[in-house]
Order: sequence, then structure tokens, then C-alpha cells
Amino acid sequence: MEKFKLVKIFIILIIIIFPKTINSAEQNELLEVNWSFKGLTGKFDRNSLQRGFQVYKEVCSSCHSMQYLSYRNLGEPGGPEFSEEEVKAIAASVEITDGPDSQGEMFTRPGRPSDKFKSPYPNVNASTVANGGAYPPDMSVLVKARPGGANYIYSVLVGYEDPPAGMILDPGVYYNKYMIGNKIKMSAPLLEGIVEYTDGTQASVDQMAKDVTTFLSWAAEPELEERHKTGVKVLIYLILLTILVYLSMRRIWSRIDSEV
Amino acid sequence: MSEHDYIPKSKAGKWFNDRLPLLSLASHLTDYPTPKNLNYWWTFGGILTFCLLTQIITGIVLAMHYVAHADLAFASVEHIMRNVNYGWLIRYIHSNGASMFFLAVYIHIFRSLFYGSYKSPREVIWIIGLLIYLLMMAAAFMGYVLPWGQMSFWGATVITNLFSAIPLVGESITTWLWGAYSVDNPTLNRFFSLHYLLPFLILGLVVLHIWALHVPGNNNPVGIDIKKPSKDTVPFHPYITIKDAFALLMFMIIFAGFVFFAPNVLGHSDNYIQANPMVTPAHIVPEWYLLPFYAILRSVPDKLGGVILMFGAIFILFVLPWLDTSKVRSAVFRPVYKQFYWIFVIDVLMLGYMGAMPAEGIYLVLARVGTIYYFLHFIVILPVVGLLEKTDPIPVSIAEPVLSGGAEPSLAKKDNGKI
Repeated sequence: MEKFKLVKIFIILIIIIFPKTINSAEQNELLEVNWSFKGLTGKFDRNSLQRGFQVYKEVCSSCHSMQYLSYRNLGEPGGPEFSEEEVKAIAASVEITDGPDSQGEMFTRPGRPSDKFKSPYPNVNASTVANGGAYPPDMSVLVKARPGGANYIYSVLVGYEDPPAGMILDPGVYYNKYMIGNKIKMSAPLLEGIVEYTDGTQASVDQMAKDVTTFLSWAAEPELEERHKTGVKVLIYLILLTILVYLSMRRIWSRIDSEV
Repeated sequence: MSEHDYIPKSKAGKWFNDRLPLLSLASHLTDYPTPKNLNYWWTFGGILTFCLLTQIITGIVLAMHYVAHADLAFASVEHIMRNVNYGWLIRYIHSNGASMFFLAVYIHIFRSLFYGSYKSPREVIWIIGLLIYLLMMAAAFMGYVLPWGQMSFWGATVITNLFSAIPLVGESITTWLWGAYSVDNPTLNRFFSLHYLLPFLILGLVVLHIWALHVPGNNNPVGIDIKKPSKDTVPFHPYITIKDAFALLMFMIIFAGFVFFAPNVLGHSDNYIQANPMVTPAHIVPEWYLLPFYAILRSVPDKLGGVILMFGAIFILFVLPWLDTSKVRSAVFRPVYKQFYWIFVIDVLMLGYMGAMPAEGIYLVLARVGTIYYFLHFIVILPVVGLLEKTDPIPVSIAEPVLSGGAEPSLAKKDNGKI
């Protein structure tokens, strides 16, 4: 049927045009990274996650909160999988305000694995005023909250350049090739050697950007590995069951003179 | 029908059945004579029932962990995703389930449009179906508000503001809907309450929908009335149940593909940013299944006019059985209507695409053309084509085209296979 073909062609056209028209809007094509966690059986690179956490802790966390994560998450399967001792040590390195105690006073204590990640600012207003009027967004689900996801975060991290000739930037505003609108209030956060990796990996800007993006992708989707693993099992189960039901159906319908 | 003849074998069964004929009902449902030439487009009724039950079950579990408060809703969704056992799975099934539900309902509706299932004597089935569709849209819209992300908040603002277009009382109605002077905590609370209520209303309407279906029986790809039971029919069980099960499993494979491997591809990334009344997103777009109506809304320069046309686009479907003047049901035997049917499908798809694009330039022009054609299809094309069209000869029974192998009916048979 020709009409049917027409519809198919139309649908295919939509699928091809759709993402392109969205991307072409005032934004450069994002850099594509071959992330290990993409695809049906994608998994996080454990070492990259641990390095990425180090970048987060030493660089990002001075401004960006990650309020939906707990320190215990760092030791859970499918994540950076720090050992129990390491998680305790990481948690204990921060001072948590707790209380009120029996005297009605707030007090501070070392963090525990069950504590939520400590935020750098007490509230959004405080973070806004400390950062020149643009608050650093919470990073818990940042990868899911941006079109382009991990590629977008990575591209922005390595996308700092001198502004094109003729573009005048206000003080405290920086040019970024991939940021929507090309203007960003965060200065380039990653500088060669700003972090000294404990595993001896060279801390180039590109390496740090990849590691911290991997870490943020896990933070946004801590269930990703389990989801992929379960998904493959579910698909295999469904496909086998579909075949069995199909054969039963052929059998049952063979009793009558009609095609199924 | 068969419940009148059914007598349970056991004494206890008979005792119970005389007081509440549940066994007769079960017997009616299993024996229900179904046309044997139903193609796979007819399996979506069963698939939709599965979708509704999936949404209700996952929804009840989600409601155990969700907190309907403007300050806590977003965090409670993250709590479900991170701390509730398999919370991520339940939520992704629920959020993608809404999209799968609409995918199935659109196929179901367009099947009805192609094979003329809305025509006499099935008008009431059609109208109940449309009521279900309306409630589905309301439930889906309110459900999308609950995570209290940016698209939730601004989508709710745009849609509730539509009511302010009503002359004189519009503003008051909008304030009443909000329970505040903008979309705020009271709005979220009532949306949660209604979002929990609507699926059960839908369930009730589904029962009526099936009841109304079981009075005349199924339409079929040939679109002719058939004797029931006869050699044109098969008992619902096991023939249709096994076929529905097979189709449902194929549907579940696609469903699982989304849930496990692309759970956020149908959503909008802005909804992972907590609602902020001070920051408006660059483009406010509804979920994909509402886009054609959104395109119609925006294609009218006047706000009230846009609202009227948008609701009109749905309500015109209620009178469709009387707008279509053709006595022949199935498009298989309607060469002219068949052409217009596919043009209409393309028109709706195009409107959906325009709904996702900014309302400017060529997009706006095309959205306007699409909107005009949408109404033209129902108000002019359907009545006129029905009167003027020369339809192809119709077989007298389903069995006939298969047995006689005559030229015309076998052509129809070939079409069935492909459509």
C-alpha cells in the first residue's frame, strides 16, 4: 500500500529531523564520548568513578551540593564501591550539624555513612549571593536534567575558550562553547593538575572531565548497572515466553480453518 | 446470550450462581463469540486493560512513598528512585507506562477510525471510549505535575491558565482550580487526590465499555454484521485469549525496552530540575501524547478561540458516528475514504510535531494548515465522501472470501493482511 509507505517515510523523517532541529538551536554540536555505561550491558568504570568522586570532593563540592546522595551510597554495588572503611573515613572527614540534644542545643559531630552529602551552603540564597547571582545547581540529578546528558556535562567542562572577537563579557561571566547561550558564570573549574589522583593517573583536564562526568552519571542513575542487568534478563525471559506463546497460538488456531 | 443457558455442574456452584451469576458471567466471557478474522490491530483492547492495571498497581505502591507537598515532592521522588527497594523500577514502569498507555490507545482509536467501529450499532462503545480517553488525558496531565519538576510546574501553569480564557468567570475559575493565586501547594495536593481517583473512574468506564461491546459484539476487518455464534466466529477462549497474550508479550518487550534501557527518553530533562516559580523554561512542552492538541491551541491567535478549538478537536469525535454518512464500515471497501484516512493520520502526526516546535515562522503556518484540515476532515470530508463514494462490493460473510476465492473479496483479504 502506497499510503502506508508514505506514513512510514513521514515517521522516519520526523525521527531524523527532530533531534537535529532541537540541537541546531543556538548550540554547538556536543562532543561525543564513548561512555562505558551506554548500551544494553553498559557498566561504570569503577576506577573512573573513584577518581571522579575525588574530583567532585576536591573541586566541585566547594560550590555544588549533592543533597540526595548519602555517603553510604559510595560503598554500594554498582557505584564507586569504596570499601566500608573508606566510606566511614570519607563520611568522618566532614562535620555534620546535628541536634537538638537533650539540652536543646545543636551540636556538630563527625559524619556517618548514613548522612546525606553535606551541602556547601545553608540554602539556595546563600549560594546565589556567594556566586555572583547564579546559584550552582545541585548535582544529584544534573546529568538527567540536561539535554545531551553526560555528553553535555563533559562538553561544558572542556568547552572553555576565549570569546570570539567582538563579544564583550561582563566581569564574572565566561565564554563556553557548549553552554546554552555560550555564557557561564562558573570559571573553568578544571585546571591541569588541580587534583592529584591517588592511583597515579595523569590528571589532565580531559581525564578529570571524563572521570567527574562518569561520577555524576552514576550519582544521577545509581541504579543503572542493576537496571541494565535486570533488563537483559527480562528481555530474554519475555522473548522466550513470546516464542512459546506463539507456538501455542499456532497449535490452537490450527484446529480451525482460519489464519491467526 | 450464553449466560441464560449456563448451568453450573456442582450443587454449590448452582446455589451460588442462582444468587449471584458470577459463574454465568465467566462462562459468557470465555464463550463470547468473536469474529475469527480479527487482525492484530484488535489486540489493543487487551493491551490497554493491561496498561490500566499496571498503572494502578505501580501507582498504589508509589503513593505509599510519595509526599504531595511543594517542598517535599521532588525529594520524595528521588527518595523513591534511590532508597525504596526497586523504587526506580516501579517509577520507571509508571512513567513510561503512561506513554505506552497512550501509544496503545491511539492505535486503538485509529483502528476504530479505519474499520468504522464507531458506527451503528456501536456508538455508545465509541462514546464511552472517548470518555475514557478524556479521563486518561486528565490523569496523565495531573500525574506529570506530581514530581514537581520545572515542566510539571510550568505545564500545570499553562494548562490551568487556559480556563482563564472563559469570559467573565475565567479568572475566578482558575483561582478556584489552583486553590491559591498561582500553581502552588494546594494545587499539588488536589492534583494528587484526583490523580488517585481518576484511574478508578476509568476502570468503571472500562467495564461499561466492555459491557457495551458485548451487546452487538466485535466489529471486524470486513466490517459486516455476522451471525453469532457461527462458522465466522470463534469462542473468546482459547482463540482470542492466546492471540491477545501473544500480542501483549510483543508489546511488553517494547515496554521493557523503554523501562530498562531508555527510561527518560520520552520525558523532558527539565523535569529533573525542581519546580521554581521564578524561572520559566525556554520552551514549555507537554508530554508527546498531548502535542497535537497543544499545536491546535497555539495555532489560534486568540486565547479563547484556541481553547475552544482544542477542546472542540476532542469533542467533535463524540459526534463522529453521525458525521460519517457512509453505510459501509470498513475502509477496506471504501477506496476514497481510505485515502483521506491516511491523509488524516499524517495530519495528526504533523500537528504533533508542530506542537513540539516553537510556535513561530513555518511551524506556525503548518500548525494552522493542520488545524484547519483536522476540522475539515470531520465537518466536510466525512459527510460528503460518505454520500458520494462508490464503495467496493462487500462479502456476505467472513468465511466467504476465504472459501470462494472470488476476485473482489480476496483482494479485500489481501488488504487485511497488510493493514
